[in-house]
Amino acid sequence: MAERQYDWKAIAKNPKFVELHHKKTAFLFGWWIFSCVYYFLLPIGAAYTPGIFKVKMIGVINFGYVFALSQFFVSWGIALYYSHVANKDFDRLTRELIDELHL
Amino acid sequence: MTIKKIFIAASLALSVAAAAYAEEQKAPAAGAAPAMSAPAAQGAPAATATAPAPNAAASVATPAPAAPAPAKRELKTNKTITIGMFMIIIAITMGVVVWAAKQTKSAADFYAAGGGITGTQNGWAIAGDYMSAASFLGISGLISLYGYDGFMYSVGWLVAYITVLLIVAEPCRNAGKYTLGDILSFRTSPKPVRAFAAISTVAVSTFYLTAQMVGAGKLMALLVGIPYKMSIIGVGILMVGYVVFGGMVATTWVQIIKAGLLMSGAFLLSFLVMVKAGFNPIGFFSTIVSSPDIQDHVSKLVLKDGVILSGMDAGQRFLEPGLYLKNPLDQISLGMALVLGTAGMPHILMRFFTVPTAQAARKSVIIAMFIIGGFYILTTLLGFGAAIHLTPQGITSVDPGGNMATLMLAQQMGADIAPVIGDLFLAFLCAVAFATILAVVSGLVLAASAAIAHDIYVNVIKDGHADQHEQVFAARVTSFVVGACGIMIGLAAEKQNVAHLVALAFAVAASGNLPVVILSLFWRKFNTGGVISGLLVGTIASIGLVMVSPNMTYPKVVAAGAKKVVAAMEKKQAALPAGQTLAEKDAKALAKAKVDAQQDGTSIVGLDKPLFTLKNPGIISIPLGFMAAILGALAFPNRRSEEMFDEVYVRQNTGLGMAKAVEH
Repeated sequence: MAERQYDWKAIAKNPKFVELHHKKTAFLFGWWIFSCVYYFLLPIGAAYTPGIFKVKMIGVINFGYVFALSQFFVSWGIALYYSHVANKDFDRLTRELIDELHL
Repeated sequence: MTIKKIFIAASLALSVAAAAYAEEQKAPAAGAAPAMSAPAAQGAPAATATAPAPNAAASVATPAPAAPAPAKRELKTNKTITIGMFMIIIAITMGVVVWAAKQTKSAADFYAAGGGITGTQNGWAIAGDYMSAASFLGISGLISLYGYDGFMYSVGWLVAYITVLLIVAEPCRNAGKYTLGDILSFRTSPKPVRAFAAISTVAVSTFYLTAQMVGAGKLMALLVGIPYKMSIIGVGILMVGYVVFGGMVATTWVQIIKAGLLMSGAFLLSFLVMVKAGFNPIGFFSTIVSSPDIQDHVSKLVLKDGVILSGMDAGQRFLEPGLYLKNPLDQISLGMALVLGTAGMPHILMRFFTVPTAQAARKSVIIAMFIIGGFYILTTLLGFGAAIHLTPQGITSVDPGGNMATLMLAQQMGADIAPVIGDLFLAFLCAVAFATILAVVSGLVLAASAAIAHDIYVNVIKDGHADQHEQVFAARVTSFVVGACGIMIGLAAEKQNVAHLVALAFAVAASGNLPVVILSLFWRKFNTGGVISGLLVGTIASIGLVMVSPNMTYPKVVAAGAKKVVAAMEKKQAALPAGQTLAEKDAKALAKAKVDAQQDGTSIVGLDKPLFTLKNPGIISIPLGFMAAILGALAFPNRRSEEMFDEVYVRQNTGLGMAKAVEH
């Protein structure tokens, strides 16, 4: 397979690439940190604020159970939102960049 | 030259460690041999009913009480149906292997299925690769015995995929080819980096594989009465067969089939549980709280901590945290290892090289997240369902760890319709457990052999000059050797406590692999020095901390605990009216404690008691791994690595110049 030669430095300075890179970094690390904080609230909360976890919400179902269950939906939500943004924005920017470079 | 020396030294160290590990087994194995032959002599039918028998020695010593406790339950499988189902699974997967072998011609085919797996297929395969028998049987067991804590424990296993999705999946697809070494060696000195990446991959895979193999052997012995050694050899031969002949294509399809079976089993069983609960989740939870058996079980659990609870309060306590997970720091430490380690697991990373594009990689993680998350939510229903319908007392009488809860529930739910359906359903779930084991161990063997064959043989020893034929041949030979080693370790580790090895594998992946992967992809100044120091420090720190942690056996601590039990039991005996003896369970505990109280000596590394109080090293070893990687990179700056960052960064973001998995 003949490797195509690219001028990587030039691509890295291309305004389209810079835009893609800024948007992606902010999105990815932002949401990653959010998901970590949200997740670690579960073991930390269960250990240090058990009182809140015991508060009954629906019948005998307590806040702790609802919170643990919400972790699943929050994770799925982030995944779907990321997929939406990536398909709409990141992939479009990448395509535009590649078109602009006539590759 | 230096690289070869490093490599030789490392492999020497590994083999010495392996030999030392193998030595370790001999003493306890010899001691336990007579105890093991005792239950076997009682005849085959009884073998399935005897739950894990570490106490077998003690039971011989007890003065044979006549009637068994009324709560005693048995888990009897219908052997004909169960073995029939196993055969069907073996036949289907073998068919897949024959089909896959025909399409495995190049190295890309062997390691990455030629990049021809779709996003959806890969999503199912990731789920199949990831969910081990421990999550299938273990977590529902934990929920059935400890309620809320079991559910909380399962959450981290899904959240871990956010890291995979956001940070590693797409960049790895764009920047890598077959292995962790490919990603790390892009802008560093390839040879030493590949060698160290391969060692770390093999270490992680070996820890995980050992835990899986030992679990497989014990499970098969318990379910269908196949002796431990036979089970290990059988599972091992199948796993080697899948990988050697079918490579990634066969492994992928075994994993997809397993994930499909697992989800149908879990779905069907939860459906039956919900039918019983009248599809009323609030009523379902009220039943838990008002179940007298659960209330009784919880009051006994909290009594150990000196808390007195009874009635509805005890039932409600089952839905609150703290019955099982008592050390918050340990929980946070495990959470860190899961959230960061999953993204550094070589067998998971490898799955992203099988799809053609970054979009497909993204889609596959999202599909995997829905399957895995859905499965854990169903697991809650199974665990709570088992607690309601089988009672925690019934579950622990079959297996103290609760690992049989799901299987017992399947039998009971089926038998409520018709006895034969109970047998069929139980056999089906046993077959699912069997398929689960096969899928997970195959993925691990493939990842370990890719590291050895692709990184070490082809790229370090042969300088990358090996034709397709030679590469595939090397890959097959390595898979065979890795599989054979897996079987031997499984046989040797029968008597070892391997439960902590899964957590250790995740800790090594989180402390060694993940920091260097992230820094390679995102930090301009990262270089060879950083990769090597990060991998070394992260790996050694996690292993070292586990070696001095409470996971190891400390004979003096065991003896001290046993002395307390002896004192308590003798007091209890003294309090009994004359002529009366202790109940069977207490007598057993006393006999065992008397033996244990004689123990003396030190742990493997010569300690009287643990130096590090947490079971999970992540909270210390992960920051250490990151720090070592950063300091190592700063200490040995490299211009070339910095200059090449633009290339890596553009590649991983755009997929330009992507190493096409299809090469001819």
